[in-house]
Amino acid sequence: MRDKHHYDKKAAAFRKGLKDGVPICLGYLSVSFAFGMMATQGGMPAWAALVISMSNMTSAGQVAGTNLILSGGLYLELAVTTFVINIRYMLMSLSLSQKVDESMTTLQRWVLSFGVTDEIFAVAMQQEGAVTAEYFSGLVLTPYLGWSLGTLLGATATNLLPAGVRTALGIAIYGMFLAIIIPPARKAAPVAKVVLFAALLSCLFRWVPGLNRISGGWVIILCAVAASAYGALCYPIQETEGAANEC
Amino acid sequence: MSVERILIGTLIMAGVTYLVRMLPLAIFKKKITNRFVRSFLAYVPYAVLAAMTLPEILYSTGSVYSAGFGLLVALVLAYHNRGLLTVALGSSAAVFAAEWLLRAFQLM
Repeated sequence: MRDKHHYDKKAAAFRKGLKDGVPICLGYLSVSFAFGMMATQGGMPAWAALVISMSNMTSAGQVAGTNLILSGGLYLELAVTTFVINIRYMLMSLSLSQKVDESMTTLQRWVLSFGVTDEIFAVAMQQEGAVTAEYFSGLVLTPYLGWSLGTLLGATATNLLPAGVRTALGIAIYGMFLAIIIPPARKAAPVAKVVLFAALLSCLFRWVPGLNRISGGWVIILCAVAASAYGALCYPIQETEGAANEC
Repeated sequence: MSVERILIGTLIMAGVTYLVRMLPLAIFKKKITNRFVRSFLAYVPYAVLAAMTLPEILYSTGSVYSAGFGLLVALVLAYHNRGLLTVALGSSAAVFAAEWLLRAFQLM
């Protein structure tokens, strides 16, 4: 009976993950659709676009990488560009390492870390309590299917969506990000200040001449590190497990 | 476009991306106790998402004006605690309407 109860709990966590992954999946369908179109219009076979999506699952990184493959860039350039654009995942994985269930096995960590994307990370961090392997598996699976399917559709049936709908869907992923950060920012002033700090800094890097020459991957890291350090220095979080860590 | 180049390129991209994601999660298995580091990591998601959204959101559609309107609608919906999908599709609908108007008045 206990085993059955245990199993039910795991299955429920997996199902909740699948369900929480649905909005991400829908967002990915449109983004990967655009990627599939871009890749085949640039001269890549549809199967290659699908293989890239299924082995990378990262929007900005694989768009830049695919462009480099298409334009004849060096392999070293490809490696460095991918690294810089995706270096933010390092920060996310580190943050996530503090949120996952401590009982998660090494093998589970090795497999599931493949699914750390901006959106999946954001939704996982929103959960109350620890993130279990079962929940995270579900949360990765639905978006992964959407990402693959969208790529295939975009690569093979380019004219499925009218242009007006395609450009309008470009904002969907950012709308989702705002839905994640605004409610906590409204509730806690320190979070709001960190969000504003990061957003302003990011705008400076985009619009100030000279600064805007730094690649997007570095900018996100710089802004996130600066804003989080500011938050941690000025508004350290309250420890719930006693005052063991006073410095 | 040679198949070999596509496959080697894909392998490099996938390998680099995977290592970047996997190493921190595989290495840090214990909870970090340092209060500064814990606070820092707690703020990371908000800071990362804010830096990724602004100003990039303004360039995510067919025109800065439609994107600005979409941003405004997303902010209002998110401020009123609407779900992820509602905010995402709501801002998309706003952009669609704005671009329809922009085209009608030949501003786009």
